[in-house]
Amino acid sequence: MTDIPAKAAVASASNGSVLLTLMKARTFIALIAVLIFFSIAAPNFLSAANLILMSKHVALNAFLAMGMTFVIITGGIDLSVGSIVGLCGMVAGYLVLNGIDLQVGYTIYFNVFEIALITLAAGILIGAVNGLLITRLNVAPFIATLGVLYVARGLALLSSDGRTFPNLVGKPDLGTTGFGFLGAGRLLGLPVSIWILVVVALGAAYLAKYTPLGRHIFAVGGNERAARISGVRVNMVKMFVYMFSGFCAAIVGLIISSELMASHPATGESFELNAIAAAVLGGTSMSGGRGTIGGTIVGAFVIGILSDGLVMMGVSSFWQMVIKGLVIIVAVVVDQAQRRLQQRVTLMQMAKAG
Amino acid sequence: MNAAIDHDVILKLEDVSKVYSGTVAVKRANFEVRKGAVNVLVGENGAGKSTLMKIIAGVEQPTLGRILLEGEEVFFSSSGDAVNRGIGMVFQELNLFGNLTVAENIFATREITNRFRKIDSREQERRAAEFLERLEAGIRPDMLVEDLRIGQQQLVEIAKAVSLDARILIMDEPTSALSAAEVEILFKVIADLKARGVAIVYISHRLEELIRIGDYITVLRDGRITGQEKMKNVDTRWIVRQMIGSDAKDFAKADGHVPGEEIFRAEDICLPRVTGGLAVDHVSLSLRTGEILGIYGLMGAGRSELFDCIMGRHGHATGAIFIAGKKVKERDTTRRIRRGLALIPEDRQREGLVSILSVASNLTLASLSRFVRLFHISGAKENQAVTQMVRELAIKVANPAQEVSSLSGGNQQKVVIGKALLTGPKVLLMDEPSRGIDVGAKADVFRTMRKLSRDGLGILFATSDLDEVMALSDRIAVMSNGKLTGMFDRAEATEAALVAASALGHGPVPHTENTAHD
Repeated sequence: MTDIPAKAAVASASNGSVLLTLMKARTFIALIAVLIFFSIAAPNFLSAANLILMSKHVALNAFLAMGMTFVIITGGIDLSVGSIVGLCGMVAGYLVLNGIDLQVGYTIYFNVFEIALITLAAGILIGAVNGLLITRLNVAPFIATLGVLYVARGLALLSSDGRTFPNLVGKPDLGTTGFGFLGAGRLLGLPVSIWILVVVALGAAYLAKYTPLGRHIFAVGGNERAARISGVRVNMVKMFVYMFSGFCAAIVGLIISSELMASHPATGESFELNAIAAAVLGGTSMSGGRGTIGGTIVGAFVIGILSDGLVMMGVSSFWQMVIKGLVIIVAVVVDQAQRRLQQRVTLMQMAKAG
Repeated sequence: MNAAIDHDVILKLEDVSKVYSGTVAVKRANFEVRKGAVNVLVGENGAGKSTLMKIIAGVEQPTLGRILLEGEEVFFSSSGDAVNRGIGMVFQELNLFGNLTVAENIFATREITNRFRKIDSREQERRAAEFLERLEAGIRPDMLVEDLRIGQQQLVEIAKAVSLDARILIMDEPTSALSAAEVEILFKVIADLKARGVAIVYISHRLEELIRIGDYITVLRDGRITGQEKMKNVDTRWIVRQMIGSDAKDFAKADGHVPGEEIFRAEDICLPRVTGGLAVDHVSLSLRTGEILGIYGLMGAGRSELFDCIMGRHGHATGAIFIAGKKVKERDTTRRIRRGLALIPEDRQREGLVSILSVASNLTLASLSRFVRLFHISGAKENQAVTQMVRELAIKVANPAQEVSSLSGGNQQKVVIGKALLTGPKVLLMDEPSRGIDVGAKADVFRTMRKLSRDGLGILFATSDLDEVMALSDRIAVMSNGKLTGMFDRAEATEAALVAASALGHGPVPHTENTAHD
């Protein structure tokens, strides 16, 4: 008599755990689902050439989404990444074409490696501006990065008067050739941008999991006051995440300019929204404290494959937007449901234990 | 003072229980509230008083049991329901909107509007002024609540509850931040309400107060009701016996070790208040190794603020602190922790824990650098430290990877303590370490404090619980209104002297300066 309800409780608890595991793996399941769907529905979808092409598309968003993930985990948001992509692309293009005029009759030209470093530094610097506005001047992250979004975009347009820097092949006698390597080069059969993504993603995932800084990022997002009292340098942590986000955006700016062999000042418009979408799809909580790099990468792939697949199927771009929006909403709804279920399962486990 | 005839019962709780995820807060309570009388509810911290009142006020729903209002069973799904049935409550934690005016706070959710649904501010302020007048508070209804002293805020909260015109009015520690003069006025208002037939439920720690104004008394212990009597039939000793139970409280006994050298000294700590004046007013004290120095004071006395200053949480605080005779020049929390200071904050949820992280991550959050080689956290070293802390503090957790929010209050508190201890502190600041945790966990916490002091730590602990401060401290400092108003050795401290010192600067008498430092 007494052990029947007990058994039922155990059964429903284990059902709960199965469901919970499924929900936790939801982004991965979604990824497999879109892969299967498009390999049936779209011809040539599974060809190696197409897969590599898609990965290159996805990589751009994945970089931004990784930076965004750290920012969101600390409880902030970075709306400026799209503009940083544009501005950094212009910086790279300008340096390849014009070098730096020293105003005394000399012009310094940098080689491609140096240009890449300067561009990355520019991205980090803009991120630092975001960070300073947020930590020192107490501007809300949404507003601070919104302001920087406009400023950076404006600067990008000013740098060329709104024109494109074309034909970035460089001149051999100035040592500025080879800019195309990042976007078009291949190592061991895979595009260079994919290799960079792998390296940065592994680094970021390691940072999140095994370093004090990573732990502090989560602590700041989970409870800023408690983190502060525990001796976490909250301002430094926030500076870091915005600078890292700027760094990721600069990489994307470089890759796009390199792929096109041209820098256009409007590059990267609305990229920030795709990055946020990928992070959220990958399980990052907008209220902070929760998220993983792996999840974000999978999220970026789901979004990227979805849009490329729909293009291949010939679905109208208007419908594509509707579908993308619905996917994001569903992801968040499932996320909330998982949270609730998780709480229930934990309480049940506690009741069983106690 | 007590009416000779019995008062009618207006509200009755039958076999009410309330279970939270970690703990049982109220167990099968039967409680009666009588009309036109002050029904006093008393019990120690965490006995379940506030929970019981929240159930009556509709803020919490009972897990089991029934509520009868004038003989009819009722169910309140929200505090709005309870207000509609004539039940008002003055909360212990102030439930005010700092960014709104006093009048707007008093009429929140019941705004007075004109024909066009526009809020009639003038009428609201006029009516608010009437209520405030009765409280003789000198508060203008158009002032912003955040600009008021904490005691004045409490009066606004009371005015708000009185303005509900409730049949039953619950007051949860209404006097905790009031001065003696303000308390007198409140008692007048209560007498007035009583004469009009309002049933008042009054919760307080101050026994003198209860005996003075109570008509009926109910005592709670560990969520159970242990006594229910007419006030005229009981005395202080009866109350204490019902509160504490037959066996004495489990305060770990002193082991008679002698404190050593001075380990910590604070000199002339001052912290300006935003609203003017000083939240911490020229406080100096010193602490020796192996010594437990209790800081007693009422709510708002400046104890937590003093701790915040010592930890370097306020950039604009002045004064100097010394550890083992050396001046601490570092001004930020991070480096002060490194110098050997650690704080266990009063508010576990808001300041102590990152609730979505695991028990292990919380434990090591403040001391990660200990487990790092280059920049890599060594999982093995970290686990070892976590396991050791879990064992030492007897934290009841199946798996340290579990989220910390799934633990009971007492175990969460142990996690906060463990986090502080892992930083290897020389001086431990504990702010209300026994707040909101069950009896068993309290005893564990006290035992830990004893053990740490034996190991040579200096402990400063702040509390508003007299028994606690008397039983645990080697010396007792008393704070009132931001000032240090007394310093007693355990041998010479009496409850009366502590209470007197804690009320200094609150009274109506203007000459408080002459009683300052000891």
